[in-house]
Amino acid sequence: MADVALRPNRAAAQTARKRSSLHNALRRKSTVAFLMTLPLLLLIATLVIYPAFYALHLATLNKSMQRFVGLSNFEFLFRRETFWLVVKQSCIFAITAVVFKAVLGFIIAHFVHNIPAKGQRKWRGMLLVPWVIPPAMSTLAWLWLFDPSYSAFNYTLSFFGIGPIPWTGDAMWARFSVILVNIWVGAPFFMIMYLAALKSVPEQLYEAAAIDGANWWQRIWYVTLPMMRNIIAITTLFSLIVTFANFDIVRILTAGGPLDHTHIFATWAFRIGIEGSDIPLGASVSLFMVPILAIAAIFILRDINKRGNES
Amino acid sequence: MTTATIDKAAPTRKVKYGSMSRDRAWALRWSYFFLVIFAIFFLTPPIYMFITSLKSSAEISAATNPWWVFHPTLENYIALLTSNQFLRFFWNSAIVSIFVVTITMLISVPAAFALSRMRFWGSATLATGVFLTYLIPETLLFIPLFKMFAVIGDWTGIQLINRWYVLLILYPTLTVPFCTWIMIGYFASIPKELDEAAVIDGASWIQTLTRIFIPVAFPGIIAATIFAFTVSWAQFLYPLVFTTSTDQLVMPVGIITSLIKGDVFNWGQIMTGALLGAAPPLIIYAFLMDYYIAGLTAGATKG
Repeated sequence: MADVALRPNRAAAQTARKRSSLHNALRRKSTVAFLMTLPLLLLIATLVIYPAFYALHLATLNKSMQRFVGLSNFEFLFRRETFWLVVKQSCIFAITAVVFKAVLGFIIAHFVHNIPAKGQRKWRGMLLVPWVIPPAMSTLAWLWLFDPSYSAFNYTLSFFGIGPIPWTGDAMWARFSVILVNIWVGAPFFMIMYLAALKSVPEQLYEAAAIDGANWWQRIWYVTLPMMRNIIAITTLFSLIVTFANFDIVRILTAGGPLDHTHIFATWAFRIGIEGSDIPLGASVSLFMVPILAIAAIFILRDINKRGNES
Repeated sequence: MTTATIDKAAPTRKVKYGSMSRDRAWALRWSYFFLVIFAIFFLTPPIYMFITSLKSSAEISAATNPWWVFHPTLENYIALLTSNQFLRFFWNSAIVSIFVVTITMLISVPAAFALSRMRFWGSATLATGVFLTYLIPETLLFIPLFKMFAVIGDWTGIQLINRWYVLLILYPTLTVPFCTWIMIGYFASIPKELDEAAVIDGASWIQTLTRIFIPVAFPGIIAATIFAFTVSWAQFLYPLVFTTSTDQLVMPVGIITSLIKGDVFNWGQIMTGALLGAAPPLIIYAFLMDYYIAGLTAGATKG
């Protein structure tokens, strides 16, 4: 009813001022759209982009933040041995952890995919638990499992005649422990992503491969991997960023010790910038994460744009 | 050539069938075998948390079999659930998470709608930009943010550092970009005819969003809500940097700073606290697993 009453009015108005009303509508639409995105824009501009540039500015100040010192913070870092130790450890940590997470995730996804569909939900649910628990909480459990005097792992290993392992006390073992916990947290994420990708590979391809006489290895190499290439690339790059910038696990498990031998960029920046109240130097340290993050981000973006063009 | 090989293969065909089903059975057995091993690896820490939480301090320090509880007791749970300090952490975490989820959805749903449907100048670039901000880790921003809030405190007298509500400003930087990104994906999958029909019927943009897009993309909204909640519940770095007094702390930081006193680790209580801290995300996950996984995979597969 209302429709009938309104229609002549609107039609008249439209014919009378077709151009200006169209113009108005367009302007209104863009205004509404702008207003809807405004909170998002403000948030990103003030709390992400501004601090990122502010970090650059901070990095050029002296410790009391009153004098411009140019690049001398960076020079100071380059001369410090600990800095190069942190660079090395961050790279070892991120690369080892990501590779193992990706491989383990791939293997587990295959096993889950292999079993009858009825049981898959249950297994998937169980295997994703490490990813769901807040990392700070689960790392506490690992810290307790690694405890120097009451380690449950050492208790179990002692039955096999393997002596007490200094899980967090020795530099090499501490690095191993930190990476192990990271793999434990991250592998389920890969598993879920790969499982979703495995489900999207058409069954006919495997049938065709089986008819051609491909063995399981050839099926994985020539069918599964090419079909999953995109998802593997994006998950790995994404995980590389997250792992490289990790903080919780290292902070709780070793706090960078023994003797800075497990520090990575984030924990060292925290130690210097917040605990040591040398904000400019801390900011300089965290800025060293930018290059590797930027490289990973560029690859991810390229991948997303490529897929956007395909669809 | 090809016919020759087929001829050769033909007689062995029958044997192959039998071996193939036997292969399948073995593959299945091996799959279960390895899945059990991986499940043990993945579930050991949470189960060990639970085992330890049932032990008294005396039993923990007596070097008995750590994998078994000989005298189960609930004293750790009682001690924590009656301690005002611990309840304060829980309360702070709950308040922060609920507010952050609300703020996140209020910001990201309209923004995602505008970016996916109301094409305007720069909207495509902006959508990519939103995804890029998601890739910026919090470990890069905490030092400049800390200094920023200190400067704001000096200039305006508004004390934000060491107040729990500073987290309401900080956490959205972690949740909003990803939630916007997955909501863009969900909204983009809604057929164009639906909102065209709404516009023809005279619905405004706001009505199109609230009456059509939000109900249709409801699974996406649940997934985004779960994501925002778990991120704000689990966040460790920001509360560690920005809050220090015990009445302002949230769960993860509270457990670590208050239960670990110097070199004295009260492991029974720490594990109980960790388990209680892990409980809300785990409960949500147990009930809404499909939405949780949908949100997890949407980030990379949609959009």
